[in-house]
Amino acid sequence: MEIFKNNKTYEFMSKRISFLSLSSFLIIFSLVLIFTKGLNFGIDFSGGTLIQIKYIQEAPIKKIRAILNSNKDYKNSSMSQFGSKEEIVIRIAKSSQDLSVDIGDKITALLKSTGNFEVRRVDMVGPKVGNQLRQTGLIALFLSLIVILIYVSFRFEVRFAIASIIALLHDVIIALGMICLFRIEVNLDILAAILTILGYSLNDTIIVFDRIREGITTQKESNLEKLVNMCVSKTLSRTTLTSLTTFFVVVTLFLFGGEIINGFAFTLLVGVIVGTYSSIFIAASFLVQLKFSIKDFKDKEALKLKRKKEKDDMRAMYEQGRI
Amino acid sequence: MKILNYRFVVFLFCIFFGIFLSLPSFFQDLGGKKISLGLDLQGGLHMLLGVNTPEAVNSKMKSIATSIKYFTQKEDILIEELKINDNVVNFLVLDSDEISKVNEMLNEIKGIDIKTSKDLYYTITLTQEQIDLTKEQSVLQAVETIRNRLDQFGLSEPNVMRQGEEDIVVQLPGIKNSKDEQKARDLISKPANLELMAVDENRADEVYSMTKEDAAEYGNIILEQNDNSYTKYLVKEIPILTGRQIVDAQVAFDQSNQPIITFVLNSSGARIFGDFTAKNIGKRLAVVLDGKVYSAPNINERIGGGSGQISGGFSLDEASNIAIALRSGALDASVKMLEKRSVGPSLGADSIKAALFALIAGFLLVIFFMIYYYGYAGIISVIALITNIFIIVSVMAIFGATLTLPGMAGIVLTVGMAVDANVIINERIRELLKQGISISQSIENGYSKALRAILDANITTLLVAIILYAYGTGPIKGFAVTISIGILASMITAILGTHGIYDSLLSKINSSKNFRRWFGIV
Repeated sequence: MEIFKNNKTYEFMSKRISFLSLSSFLIIFSLVLIFTKGLNFGIDFSGGTLIQIKYIQEAPIKKIRAILNSNKDYKNSSMSQFGSKEEIVIRIAKSSQDLSVDIGDKITALLKSTGNFEVRRVDMVGPKVGNQLRQTGLIALFLSLIVILIYVSFRFEVRFAIASIIALLHDVIIALGMICLFRIEVNLDILAAILTILGYSLNDTIIVFDRIREGITTQKESNLEKLVNMCVSKTLSRTTLTSLTTFFVVVTLFLFGGEIINGFAFTLLVGVIVGTYSSIFIAASFLVQLKFSIKDFKDKEALKLKRKKEKDDMRAMYEQGRI
Repeated sequence: MKILNYRFVVFLFCIFFGIFLSLPSFFQDLGGKKISLGLDLQGGLHMLLGVNTPEAVNSKMKSIATSIKYFTQKEDILIEELKINDNVVNFLVLDSDEISKVNEMLNEIKGIDIKTSKDLYYTITLTQEQIDLTKEQSVLQAVETIRNRLDQFGLSEPNVMRQGEEDIVVQLPGIKNSKDEQKARDLISKPANLELMAVDENRADEVYSMTKEDAAEYGNIILEQNDNSYTKYLVKEIPILTGRQIVDAQVAFDQSNQPIITFVLNSSGARIFGDFTAKNIGKRLAVVLDGKVYSAPNINERIGGGSGQISGGFSLDEASNIAIALRSGALDASVKMLEKRSVGPSLGADSIKAALFALIAGFLLVIFFMIYYYGYAGIISVIALITNIFIIVSVMAIFGATLTLPGMAGIVLTVGMAVDANVIINERIRELLKQGISISQSIENGYSKALRAILDANITTLLVAIILYAYGTGPIKGFAVTISIGILASMITAILGTHGIYDSLLSKINSSKNFRRWFGIV
């Protein structure tokens, strides 16, 4: 079976302005969401206590809310269904440092009258840890970007690196925007998902760039737009195929993986879709937009080759005892 | 015909070892190294504790003051105003002839700065080096003590590790309900600071009218009784003995069959105790545990032998907890809870079920799709994919890694990404075949051209995973580990493994020339 004919070249670059505009719109939309609505930080980052309770019958949310609201310590707690009608999650902004007092135990004692239930999970994160996690999370994100920038500049060229970073930021910002829009709770697993998107989208972009790099040295085409069209078209079936298989897996994870990894799977789902789109339509467009010069790249490669040849010659002469 | 080429042989080895080493993990009752389930999957308690290191410095100062007091009393040196304030010990030597003796004693204590004013008034502080050392030791000691206590508590596989400067990670997979959890938390948090202190009999009657500051004037502190905060005692701030000198502690029963705790002091402790009781007959001795007076019996005679007891209306559980805590040593500094995650066993089981189902369903989808799209080449890719999973599992087992929920998601994701290398290679081969290049050349060139792209793409992902590992905590680390192993495994299986299979089958492909069946080309 084949999805795309290998020998066909699609005219991606002539439409790049419309793709770039669409992306700009999505990015601005996402940024507005992030800065107005804000991310819904879970207890991993904001600190607090989370209690997951499963009732034998349907969880009496109204009753629970009434009980907790009447207690001054838990007035601002929020509760919501979790996966099924029997299961709920209660979130409390408080945490306790004292090992002998446990908010989870206190809440269960308060809720004794609401029916038969089982406490399935109690997570408590102190404010210090939350701050630390947020900080290390940002450091990890920042370091990843720098490492990518260095590696890609080293293996390709600076403009490839910049274009791939822009494509990455594009994916991450839009993913964050979707997380905002759907009020996904941002915990450590979402951070992991974002970093995975980073890796995934980069993977995709680099495969395309590798083709362009190869095309520059093997093809006679000196028009950048035409060359990029050719190379992106050639990788089209690979990009779609890989995205499709990854998509299969992530969708099953999203649908059947259970409530706890739902947010994680959702973020990945968005990431796979946006990542695929950006590596086909955005990354290479930026390369063209950045006025990447085939001639310069070729000259540089030629110079590298020349230097290497000179070195080899010198070595050969040295080994033959001429110097 | 070259069926056995080196790539194929290496690949066969990978398959063999992958299956062999991952068997214990799939069938958990088999012996050998296996993947253990993380707390989020099997249920249990995870805690991050912070050590209050300043307290350790404080208690170090206290012990210095105790030894000054003991020495001067033994040598009959008269001192006054022995006090601790903000980690500074002050005292006044009354007789200037005894300065040399005092200096000699102080010189034997390591890590202190000594200042004197008018030769007689001493100010003693810890050197910065000593403060750092004391803090460091208090964390190490806390790890050791908590580990000891949990070992004696009888839980399965408690795991206590230091994290960073002052934090400690405690993992208890054996905890299944909130009652057990409460017990474990109590045991860990108990400072178990036993102090034997002298009651200031001269001012004992004034205790109820005194403030903290008044008491401090005389070098005293006011302590409450353990079970009745209205009963107060005025005791000398500097203890005679501390729990450090305890070598054993056990639960026993008194005449009325109430649980009590008996303890045995080491030889130097026994000597100090004997000396003190001999000199203070008729006065009271307060038995203080974690800042509360449990009893204050009269000293009727010199107590030799170095043993004593604590009574105070304990329940049996309480008494045995205190005995364990005293035996395994006091915490120099208290610990506070920074993070706690407890997962009930039923939730863990549900999570495994859901993630496993997603893993299998996703995997089957990918398998069907690959075979449908690529024909025989798809089957070869699927073989590589399955081997890939075995390799991930076996490598994780070798390193004794724990499988967490994000880790499982990581495996699911690697399956999706591992297909990638195969897809890149297959697409290249198809492309070359269409250009009319011979089969053997297409395969060779396809691999060599795909190699660069696969390497560049995977190395960057690997770099991100390494950063994730370095800066992540707990579950994130598990995720980074599985992804890294998955990437490396996929490179072995896709680049080496499938190439080996093609090499072995080359003559067959050559004779059939059916590209549709072999590579799915229409």
